[in-house]
Amino acid sequence: MTWRIISALVENKPGVLFRVSNMFRARGFNIESLSVGPTEEQNLSRITITINSDEHTTEQLVKQLKKIIDVVDVIKLPLDNSVYRELALMKLKAEEPTTRLEIMNLVNVFRGKVVDISKRSMMVEITGTPDKIDAFKALVEHYGIIQLARTGVCALPRGVVYE
Amino acid sequence: MVEMSGAKALIQALEREGVTAVFGMPGGANLPIYDELYSSNIRHILVRHEQSAAHMADGYARIKRKAGVCFATSGPGATNLVTGIATAYMDSSPIVAVTGQVPRAMIGKDAFQECDIVGICASITKYCFQPMHTAEVPEVVKKAFYIAESGRPGPVLIDVPKDVQQESADMVFPEIVKIRGYSPHIEPDVTQVAKVIDLLLTAERPIIMAGGGVHISGAFAELQALAEMLMIPVVTTFKGKGVFPENHPLSLGPIGMHGHAEANKLVTEADVLLAVGSRFSDRSVGRFDEFGRDMKIVHIDIDPAEIGKNKQVDVGIVGDVKVSLKIMLKMLTNRVIRKGEGEWENNQWLKHVREVKEYYRSMIKDHAREVTAMKAIKKLRELLPADAIVTTEVGQCQMWTSLHFDVISPGTFFSSTGLGTMGFGFPASIGAKVARPDVPVVDIAGDGSFNMTENSLAVSVLENIPVIVFLLNNYSLGMVAQWQRLFYNRRMIGVDLKGMPDFVKVAEAYGAQGIRAESMDELEKAIRTALRSDVTTVIDIPIDPEENVFPFMPPGKGLKDTIIAA
Repeated sequence: MTWRIISALVENKPGVLFRVSNMFRARGFNIESLSVGPTEEQNLSRITITINSDEHTTEQLVKQLKKIIDVVDVIKLPLDNSVYRELALMKLKAEEPTTRLEIMNLVNVFRGKVVDISKRSMMVEITGTPDKIDAFKALVEHYGIIQLARTGVCALPRGVVYE
Repeated sequence: MVEMSGAKALIQALEREGVTAVFGMPGGANLPIYDELYSSNIRHILVRHEQSAAHMADGYARIKRKAGVCFATSGPGATNLVTGIATAYMDSSPIVAVTGQVPRAMIGKDAFQECDIVGICASITKYCFQPMHTAEVPEVVKKAFYIAESGRPGPVLIDVPKDVQQESADMVFPEIVKIRGYSPHIEPDVTQVAKVIDLLLTAERPIIMAGGGVHISGAFAELQALAEMLMIPVVTTFKGKGVFPENHPLSLGPIGMHGHAEANKLVTEADVLLAVGSRFSDRSVGRFDEFGRDMKIVHIDIDPAEIGKNKQVDVGIVGDVKVSLKIMLKMLTNRVIRKGEGEWENNQWLKHVREVKEYYRSMIKDHAREVTAMKAIKKLRELLPADAIVTTEVGQCQMWTSLHFDVISPGTFFSSTGLGTMGFGFPASIGAKVARPDVPVVDIAGDGSFNMTENSLAVSVLENIPVIVFLLNNYSLGMVAQWQRLFYNRRMIGVDLKGMPDFVKVAEAYGAQGIRAESMDELEKAIRTALRSDVTTVIDIPIDPEENVFPFMPPGKGLKDTIIAA
């Protein structure tokens, strides 16, 4: 089992995300995260999927994705030659001034941002690989995580890609 | 550019696709389409249940090898199509299903007879269209036929909101369409084909496993030429039954749960297996982990996702079966290789094949009765012309047909092999008869299945589409009963149909011909009468409810575990 990123270019129209996610469900593929967004072309969206799987299952997933008519292209991104990032928002319990300072120090080390402060909580924004976000989460867990939202991975291969 | 309503554009687009018949039922949400059908030359065949409309379109498609079309209204009309669409999807059959939908402004409001048929059909169609702009209609229809018929065929749904049918727009009818996410792989990679040829030429015990893809691509002649050129025995999957003449010396017939014993045995003994247009289904190969462990497997299929899905293969070729086999034949001819009749004596493998076949054929035991399923089916084969089309219902009747009805003319047999839909055969035979009115069409049925869609007798009689229902009547859900007898300690439940209804009277009530055949003499007469008649005939053949289907590979087991007889 290896962690992998699959990137699919799809038609930007209603129902496409449903077709893709429905296929994963119907064929029993367990995906870890999925993110969708617009691309440089107006009528194309990019779906980025992360999955923990073996080579054979990954091949099958790619083939089944390609089979969906609204899916224009699918690539497996090489982890060592791609840039991949995830964004997380975490709302942490922070009632004591010392706690706030500690959290701010950790946020700085992780090159994150404090984006909201209330009397009893702080919201921080962390961007990076999923590992980095996991590491940060492990460090702050004991303060108490009130809410957590992650975007799923968004990724592109390095260098110039010509069509 | 011509201004017209969405409904008119839809009908005109169907005419442009060469559609001459549609199977359907009108309702509130597709009335504008029907109103346009009124002034069209397309024949409308009114069904009594939408499920049958989909099966008829499916049967039509399998014989015509072009998309069949069915119509239904929104909501329940559309959901009634679902079983038929799923059946077509599992057997890669091209149908275009056109459903009415509530007006655009009502979608999502739980309107009367609204249902999300596009959502429901997502995993049982190749594609679903829901045109939300009236001007899209001609292009949508063109794309629907292109998708349904090309590559690995399959059903496509067009769900048309009622106000899109009514609204007028400037229409452009495209001659060709391009879909950037869809380009079927037709031409195989020649270097891969060359590898296969080397494998086949060095094989000691080669075997061909021919599947439904041979039927879909119409590669009957190419398959036979290849088998004969290299003298390779041919087994088929059940879906591939009849793609190779079953009276040919190299034919071993279908493998699988109820395959021929010799086919099941020999396919496991091969050293090189050439799988052509088949998908290694569990019903065919048994256990994926056990099948083909000690052999080289070559797989030709038009669907890249089938290569390695159920079975890892040594050489995979993505391409149209007919095109691929043609290339293979050409490469072989260049190497001037042709084995001859003499091979039967000189070649150890062929000698073994013939001995195994003779041995198992001699082991076949019939049930002790005058009229049995086996005898009845063999009599039918004897009296039917070679080009007659045969389909089946699902259950014991289907498996007896697989075992005892030898298909002589390739491409004249089909059945619901993937989904295994009871009630499929009769409406599908009506669709097949519309596609080929010049040959007899027979549905080999069981009482349980025929009961499900027997109301299509009205369609068959009133629309003058005569077919023969060859009803092996064991007054029970025979296949389930067989499993209860063999695996559930004879705790029989939910299988007794108590001889209800009287199918001869049912046939007569619909204006069809009903004949009961209780002896082999009566059966022969009945078949001859049915073949001479120009009205649908139901031949009701009482058989013993205790008659089992053998050979039988128990569920979850492998081909080597096939039980030969009780």
